[in-house]
Amino acid sequence: MATIVQAIRLALHVGETRLGVTDIFGEDVGAPLGGVFTQSQGLRTAWNTPLDERGIVGTAIGLALAGQRPIAEIQFCDYAFNSIDLMKLAGGICWSSAGDYNCPMVLMTPVGSGIRGSLYHSHSFDGQATRLPGWKIVMPSNPLDAYGLLLSAIVDPNPVMYLAPKALLRAKAGPGERLPGEPDDERALARMIDAPLGDRSRWRPDWPDVHDLFVPIGKAKTCRAGRHVSVVTYGRMVPLAMLAAERLAQEGIDTEILDLRSLHPVDFEAIFASVRKTNRVLFLNEDTEVTNFGEHLLRKTVDQLFYELHAPPRLLAGAHVPGVGLADSLERASVPQLEHVVAAVRELAGHQA
Amino acid sequence: MITIPPRETSGLDGDETRLSPELLVRMHEIMVRARCLEERLIRMNKQGDGYFWIGGPGEEAFNGPLGMLVHKGQGPQFDYLHLHYRSSATLLAMGADPVDTLRQMKSTASDPYSAGRNFCNHYSVRKWNVVPVSSPIEVQFAMAPGTAIANKRVGGKGITIVQGGDAGTAEGDFATCLIWSSRPGAELPCLIVVTNNHWGISTPASEQHGEKHIADRARAFGIRTVILDGNDPEISYRELKKAMDYVRNERKPFLVEAMVSRLYGHSSASGANLVTDESDCLPAFEKKLEDRKILTRSAMDELRARTTQELLEASKRIRDEPQPEGDQIWRHVFAEKDAVAVGEGHPFAGGRNGAS
Repeated sequence: MATIVQAIRLALHVGETRLGVTDIFGEDVGAPLGGVFTQSQGLRTAWNTPLDERGIVGTAIGLALAGQRPIAEIQFCDYAFNSIDLMKLAGGICWSSAGDYNCPMVLMTPVGSGIRGSLYHSHSFDGQATRLPGWKIVMPSNPLDAYGLLLSAIVDPNPVMYLAPKALLRAKAGPGERLPGEPDDERALARMIDAPLGDRSRWRPDWPDVHDLFVPIGKAKTCRAGRHVSVVTYGRMVPLAMLAAERLAQEGIDTEILDLRSLHPVDFEAIFASVRKTNRVLFLNEDTEVTNFGEHLLRKTVDQLFYELHAPPRLLAGAHVPGVGLADSLERASVPQLEHVVAAVRELAGHQA
Repeated sequence: MITIPPRETSGLDGDETRLSPELLVRMHEIMVRARCLEERLIRMNKQGDGYFWIGGPGEEAFNGPLGMLVHKGQGPQFDYLHLHYRSSATLLAMGADPVDTLRQMKSTASDPYSAGRNFCNHYSVRKWNVVPVSSPIEVQFAMAPGTAIANKRVGGKGITIVQGGDAGTAEGDFATCLIWSSRPGAELPCLIVVTNNHWGISTPASEQHGEKHIADRARAFGIRTVILDGNDPEISYRELKKAMDYVRNERKPFLVEAMVSRLYGHSSASGANLVTDESDCLPAFEKKLEDRKILTRSAMDELRARTTQELLEASKRIRDEPQPEGDQIWRHVFAEKDAVAVGEGHPFAGGRNGAS
């Protein structure tokens, strides 16, 4: 079973061999490293750039405007903040030119905490990303979506931001989540496409014949159906919510879990359908809580479904502090943990109107 | 006031450097039309026919020749232009209709560059590879390497031209362009243009910049440079031609620093009034044309009066063109189709360093 990072690499391979991708680039993206998380190992069009995020985003825009198909990477989203006005520019190219130009580029960046990344390898980017009109924003939580969302991002004629939850990059696919065309034996896949340690100068990947799979941008997925409480989440918090649901099931609380997969456009239809069913909802993410994307989802839900809510809707998010501290106790206090999710859902389930 | 190092321009005043009378007449016409356009835009703004003016009066002697030398077309075989908001003469030299700039000034739905969304002189012309001009200073220098990679990849003679002012070179994006266009083995066909009017809104360059010449910064990267008198269209044309020939043939970057004037201040925000202490390229050039008996005083006066009148009438005409409907804001947030895609069989071939 492929990991998320292998799924990304396979999608990049499909992109450059079948979907017209011309450039996969960023800091340490090309040989010999192939990305700090190994996501771009062995790719023909991968190349290294100067240590210059603004140059990376700007060059991606230029390539896109010249009819190329760039996939640019910011090594960690923590380092993308100096490039936000270039992202704003990319998102505004079609609009400002009244449709004269479009800007088909993909910007990938790993996000979130969970790898003991301290202050500058733990940021989330959903808050910033979703304040950039003109961008589509996707965020997978499993290898199959990682693969299918990236293929959809590549063929989209607009700028698409691909937020990769870094704590899940090595997570393996669950049952029924095998990539189309992936070899049966997971060790075989690793032998085929993972670069060896040490000298890689003569190594070439042996790509499996993976097939196209386009996960539509803007469509959420119900990971677990339930009757009592809806948890609307994405990225790293999805497996955490699933664990919480298992624990809550032992208490007789039946939790529904919705993985948004796309933050823009966002699948309000799916959110509202779930909340109409359970009448209780928790919005869950690990970004800092002030002006949090979940607040927008919560407000829209209240606007639409106020009289159908049986409990005050809740947002569980990260603490509004400048960074995620390195000590285990600090990280656990900064971003939602299993016990926090369990407690929040339990409270929603028990609320008496 | 502007000192030009003699080594940069020596020899350019000799007879052998003179351009043909036909070329000079065309150059003059472009300069006059650009000046009349900017004057009309300023009038429109002052009369309430447009919210904001920014433009390039004082840069015509450089920007006109620049536009004349562009290899115009769509796609990486042709030149890409990353311009800024003082580039009207470049667009007119390429064949743009000045009335369209009046439309953008008046924010009409018929404005072909932004459908009433953007300030005047914020061009976007995909069929000529003019990428959308945006107000933030210097971001075009971060985008230029991308189109230049495409130019290089496709082969041929197409280059990327990126232009900005002197104050903007303080932004990191200027360094981005120098670094990305001179990567060893991956040099880019990029003509880097700094039009130096020695101002940043109200702040003189002399208070903020310790470097003797902006061009000196490029030399650290092995990028060839020239500093020229951008108020002289003959010098501008010849030096630009040489620089562009180098970029076209060698597929390497070149930096042109052109010393220019800013005749009406930064923008309407600072009043847009004619300044008297900066040299004006147009009368200086007209005197030359008169002395050399290429054009008569009366012919030049007549051209200016006629162009002024035509643009005045056009500005009245477009007052009746409709403004965009409010619900148009939802159009073009996302593209439905891929307008920038190049056709089947295009030589897509990404290299390991992005420029092979």
